[in-house]
Amino acid sequence: MKLKGWGELTPGAVILEAGNAVEFKTGSWRSFRPIWKEENCIQCLFCWLYCPDMAIKVKDGKRAEFDYDYCKGCGTCALECPGKKGQKAIVMVEEAK
Amino acid sequence: MAKTVAATGNEAVANALRQVNPDVSAAYPITPATDIMQRFTSFVSNGKVKTEMILVESEHSAMSACIGASAAGGRVMTVTSSQGLALMWEMLFIASGLRLPIVMPVVNRALSAPLNIHCDHSDAMGARDSGWIQLWSENGQEAYDNTIQAFLIGEHMDIRLPVMVCMDGFIISHSIERIEYLEDNEVKNFIGEFRQLNPLLDIEHPVSYGPLILPDYYMEFRKAQDEVESKVFRVVLDAAKDFEKISGRKYGLFETYRLDDAEIGLVILNSAAGTSKDVIDEFRNRGIKAGLLKPRLYRPFPYKETGEALKHLKAVCVLDRADAFGGSYGPLFIDISTSLYTYSKKPILINKIYGLGGRDYLPEHAELVLNELTEIAKTEKVKTIKEYIGVRG
Ligand code: SF4
Ligand code: SF4
Repeated sequence: MKLKGWGELTPGAVILEAGNAVEFKTGSWRSFRPIWKEENCIQCLFCWLYCPDMAIKVKDGKRAEFDYDYCKGCGTCALECPGKKGQKAIVMVEEAK
Repeated sequence: MAKTVAATGNEAVANALRQVNPDVSAAYPITPATDIMQRFTSFVSNGKVKTEMILVESEHSAMSACIGASAAGGRVMTVTSSQGLALMWEMLFIASGLRLPIVMPVVNRALSAPLNIHCDHSDAMGARDSGWIQLWSENGQEAYDNTIQAFLIGEHMDIRLPVMVCMDGFIISHSIERIEYLEDNEVKNFIGEFRQLNPLLDIEHPVSYGPLILPDYYMEFRKAQDEVESKVFRVVLDAAKDFEKISGRKYGLFETYRLDDAEIGLVILNSAAGTSKDVIDEFRNRGIKAGLLKPRLYRPFPYKETGEALKHLKAVCVLDRADAFGGSYGPLFIDISTSLYTYSKKPILINKIYGLGGRDYLPEHAELVLNELTEIAKTEKVKTIKEYIGVRG
């Protein structure tokens, strides 16, 4: 993408297009990756509710895969996930591994 | 038809703000500016203005609320002095960086410590590089006129910048003078309807204010702001021309007094310029060619025009009612030196610090300085470049 020069900017850095956060892929910030273990999932959708980045997809009312383009790896979903019989349905794995 | 009254500087500024009738104001009281807001809030209570008045718990909050209201799309003003301006400091840069045309009369007062409520320019000088336009005023009339012009200047679509209007605490804010008021409808027509630029409350066109700008763009935004500063001079001069049409009073980037053929000169801000002009007349009567330059638009500073106006003099004293600590000279002196830097032939410059914390500036102080300048012009010798005057040894 060609960066704009100083003469082409909006006064005061005001952003004029609504909803353009979608262009900013925050997934590259991640150092830990959440992994979904479907076998332990009880479909409570707590993860969907708590995720600050809408990085948990829901399809037909059911928990679907992570959207890794926007998941920052904050770990909130893993913390909140109740899982099944003491077994978490989301675990955080170091990206480097 | 203009109306002539006897009023204090604060009263005149409060009346200008009533005539402007801004959409929103947020303020916190501080001496000697309190009186302006006290008067203005009674205009609000008595239905003389339609302003939404927000009473906040500090000046930091006052400026924050003004920023929000201005970004929302309103014509906004507040008033402060001294510590109040200092407490706003963080938010001043946000107002100018977001390019919000907030107008703020600043009643100049000393900074603590030691605690002092009297006239001194340290407050506004501390904010001189905050990206706000600064207009300085010699008397109540100028404070009234500058306050009205400030709205037209700051709101101009080519610049959109906040404006401070400075006047001397107590000396002007609380002294009664003869002042000419414009008619309410003349002021209304002069400033016109407030025009919005990307207002937050336009829900058909949602916008975001205050995004994070990283190294890939921050410098471009700073360069764009520097470029805008260069457009302020023309906007200020155009506003002055329009203002003259309705008031008959002339304004420029600065005022010169008997300067064209002068050999020695004083550069001085605000009320002390009045005292100095009287003494200059006395020197002229004795055949000494003395003159004066009083800056009006102090930020952005018209370096080129100021240098042109002073370059022919033999000796000039810049009088500062504030010091810039750190082994430096007074702030006005630094700017005047810069304005003359590019000339190979230029006046000899000296700097006097006067009137701090409300210390009187008397005719004999101007006399002393003009005598010293006469001597310097003759001998081309300077004893001390920077010196405090009116101070006990
Ligand atoms: S790690 Fe954070 S950002 Fe990623 S899916 Fe979980 S809650 Fe959302
Ligand atoms: S919080 Fe855990 S258990 Fe609940 S839906 Fe999400 S992954 Fe499944």
